[in-house]
Amino acid sequence: MDSVVNALTTAFLILGVFFMLTGAIGLLRFPDFYTRLHATGKCDTLGEVLILLGCMIYTAYHGMPFVVFKLLCIIIFFFIANPTGTHAIVRAAYKTGVKPWRVGDERR
Amino acid sequence: MKRSVSAVVTFVIMYVFWLLISACLWAHHGIDYIRVVGGIICAGIVTAFSHKHRLLFTGEEENVLIKTMRFMLYAPWLLWQIALANFDVAYRVLHPEMPINPQVIEFDTTLTGDISRTTLANSITLTPGTITIEVKGSRFRVHAIADKPAEALTVDQTMQKKVAHVFMEKMP
Repeated sequence: MDSVVNALTTAFLILGVFFMLTGAIGLLRFPDFYTRLHATGKCDTLGEVLILLGCMIYTAYHGMPFVVFKLLCIIIFFFIANPTGTHAIVRAAYKTGVKPWRVGDERR
Repeated sequence: MKRSVSAVVTFVIMYVFWLLISACLWAHHGIDYIRVVGGIICAGIVTAFSHKHRLLFTGEEENVLIKTMRFMLYAPWLLWQIALANFDVAYRVLHPEMPINPQVIEFDTTLTGDISRTTLANSITLTPGTITIEVKGSRFRVHAIADKPAEALTVDQTMQKKVAHVFMEKMP
């Protein structure tokens, strides 16, 4: 049972780190402000949630129910805070006149 | 009458949340009284400040139970969509030619309530490939990273129908 839990936890952590890494690569590769936000704001949500799910499995198996509850709360707050923050940044950029990149434009 | 009920419910929700977060009733050395009493004081102060604004029981809710249950069913579907769409964005990031076609699209929603519009806007931002830029009345302005997520919003409208179902609003 120990090894099953460890394997599950590790799998979730690796998947989460993969998505965080994808977000970072997207930040470097994508051409402009809006598309970069797509990469960081989104991939990070799933990445962090997967990492926290891994932690939840581990702490639940080791008998720490309150830590599991706290992690669950963090996940819920994340799902509320992340889209709100992303939306606020994008809206601010749009209002101050950052032009969206189109196919064929120069990288910025 | 309703205002006091609202205050009591606010207090109970906050205090139970505090008990669960601080775990002070189940500490190693028995009950942690300082935290138990401190929680009562803090929950009381927050209730005193906030119950005037009537966060709960504003008188606008109808069928709250059904809506909550439907939202519980909507959340897993949204999580699954987020996971699917995240793979899509990861594919676009890692593909050597970067198959993206960013565009700003506008569409009108048929949703009328504030909460349902907020839910739709946040759901759009959560699903990778689309970000809500602006909501003005029923007009949504959305930045999409490629054609597929843009069409999912304007042509399919699956998400909008689901949200309308959750908040019991009519679709044309």
